[in-house]
Amino acid sequence: MNQNTIIRFDQVTHSFDNTTVLDKVSFEIEKGKFYTLLGPSGCGKTTILRLIAGFMEPTDGKVYFNEEIINHVPAHKRQVNTVFQDYALFPHLNVYENVAFGLKIKKKKRAEIDKKVKEALAFVNLEDYETREISEMSGGQRQRVAIARAIVNEPEVILLDEPLSALDLKLRTEMQYELKELQQRLGITFIFVTHDQEEALAMSDEIFVMDKGVIQQSGTPMDIYDEPINRFVADFIGESNITSGVMVEDFKVAFAGKEFTCVDRDLKTDEPVEIVIRPEDLAITEEENGKLRVRVDSQLFRGVHYEICCFDEYENEWLVHSTKQATVGERIGLTFEPEAIHVMRFNESEEDFDKRLEGYTESGYGK
Amino acid sequence: MGNKSRNLFLIPYVFWIALFVVAPIILVLFYSFRGLDGSFTLSNYQHFFSSTYFQLTLSSFWYAFLITLFTLLISYPTALVLTKMRHKQLWLLLIIVPSWINILLKVYAFLGILGTYGPFNAFLDVIGIGAVQLLFTDFSFVFVSVYIFIPFMILPIFNALDKLNPAFVDASRDLGASSFETFRKVIFPLTINGVKAGCQLVFIPALSLFMITRLIAGNQVITLGTAIEQHFLVTQDWGMGSTIAVFLIIAMIIIMFLSGNRKWGLTSGKKA
Repeated sequence: MNQNTIIRFDQVTHSFDNTTVLDKVSFEIEKGKFYTLLGPSGCGKTTILRLIAGFMEPTDGKVYFNEEIINHVPAHKRQVNTVFQDYALFPHLNVYENVAFGLKIKKKKRAEIDKKVKEALAFVNLEDYETREISEMSGGQRQRVAIARAIVNEPEVILLDEPLSALDLKLRTEMQYELKELQQRLGITFIFVTHDQEEALAMSDEIFVMDKGVIQQSGTPMDIYDEPINRFVADFIGESNITSGVMVEDFKVAFAGKEFTCVDRDLKTDEPVEIVIRPEDLAITEEENGKLRVRVDSQLFRGVHYEICCFDEYENEWLVHSTKQATVGERIGLTFEPEAIHVMRFNESEEDFDKRLEGYTESGYGK
Repeated sequence: MGNKSRNLFLIPYVFWIALFVVAPIILVLFYSFRGLDGSFTLSNYQHFFSSTYFQLTLSSFWYAFLITLFTLLISYPTALVLTKMRHKQLWLLLIIVPSWINILLKVYAFLGILGTYGPFNAFLDVIGIGAVQLLFTDFSFVFVSVYIFIPFMILPIFNALDKLNPAFVDASRDLGASSFETFRKVIFPLTINGVKAGCQLVFIPALSLFMITRLIAGNQVITLGTAIEQHFLVTQDWGMGSTIAVFLIIAMIIIMFLSGNRKWGLTSGKKA
């Protein structure tokens, strides 16, 4: 644990009606970073957020805030503010009153409230909207009011519960930039919950990938994209070709009926593994030059690239992202670099996984 | 569907309204200008503004106000608790069920309960207070009225609370408001329409109660409703009865107007 830690979960379990929503989750959140809790619905990410906000108490384990246990501290006494999924802006108050709500509760002086509210609204580019009713605001504007309402209280941590999910694609991308920029300007911790992997990859300093009440993997967006720990993470983040294989020896892995050179080592001989190759790491070539020989099954034009679906002779599916067009029904070859192969062991803990990967870098074989 | 055929569907409704709402009101207005001898006169209105009727009106409003207030004080917390219950619809039903029983039956039941030899007085006797005259007092009048009106108050408040997005409560807590502050600044303002609807449903009928005043209050309390009944059925002075009815209608319109649902924002407070 280091000095910058602001929130720490220690073996936190949360059960509801005999269902375990969170199972012995431990992690640390550092000051001033942008964190994302990423996972499918029902994975427990919102539960973590509600535990931090204080809307729930954990069944077991400890939640620390600045090294103090806050398990039983009620929501209104916590130094965190939330931006809710549907914004939860009070419909009976206008924009100004919504933003001023928290400060008024804290019985701040009127002049101080006025100054801070105006600052917060300026921060989210809503200077001229003070007297507007919430019903008169668009989705993106409401989103900004919700953010202003949170930051005006100068919390140490801001929790964001899928705040972009109600916006259309264009606006969502725009808000991703704005949120990221806002977080950097404010320099406070953001904990962002989403099921959208692109959002997570684009904005986060660190991502926690969650499934079934457990953090599957945590790391920077690049770590998680390039080195997924298991099938779930590889599948959930981006598109992947996942197939089963066998580790023949160090730097040699067998799959799709052949042996390939890879950069992984320190596994047991003949250990069954799963391998991941990202579709953009596969390149199309003539059949005889290909490391894999496949038949093109279907092709979709995705704008930036073609998404080509191929099958090899063992009926393994290979998804290729290529700017080159292929012909459906034709046989083609696929090539890739040894670094493109990512080997995943079954049931490897995150700790062992990190240790194994670190070993590669130290000896200079890392990616 | 064309405009014409749509208007066709309106006919039964317009007919109904004309026959049973507009016509009676016009009749009441008409009769209010007739004296006992059948001539056209303003004496009924002169009468109404005399001190007796003025006091009657005041006391009518006072009791209706008391009944509404106590009903609200009991119903709001009840509705709040109901929305938090696991089987809230069932509990709500149990509260609504008594309102299906004929009001006369309920009133007679209270005659028994509150009577000199009833269980209420028996209880007072046991704890040493001794029997008290309960029936035919204004206390029993308000008590029984509140009992009868409670379901009408709970229902709209319950609906308003039930529809309230729980995220608003979370948001308020999140921004540092205690439970009480959350109630005062978020929950109550956002359910005020339910409260208004409930108050309308209670206050207006409470103004014109006459059966309860007759049976429970033993004519110790005379409201506008009682006065109208007396004029029509006992003294046969339809003109005076109609005049009082006219004022009752005016009062109701004013109350409806005052407690009408306005758009959000028009009623919200000034800027800080």
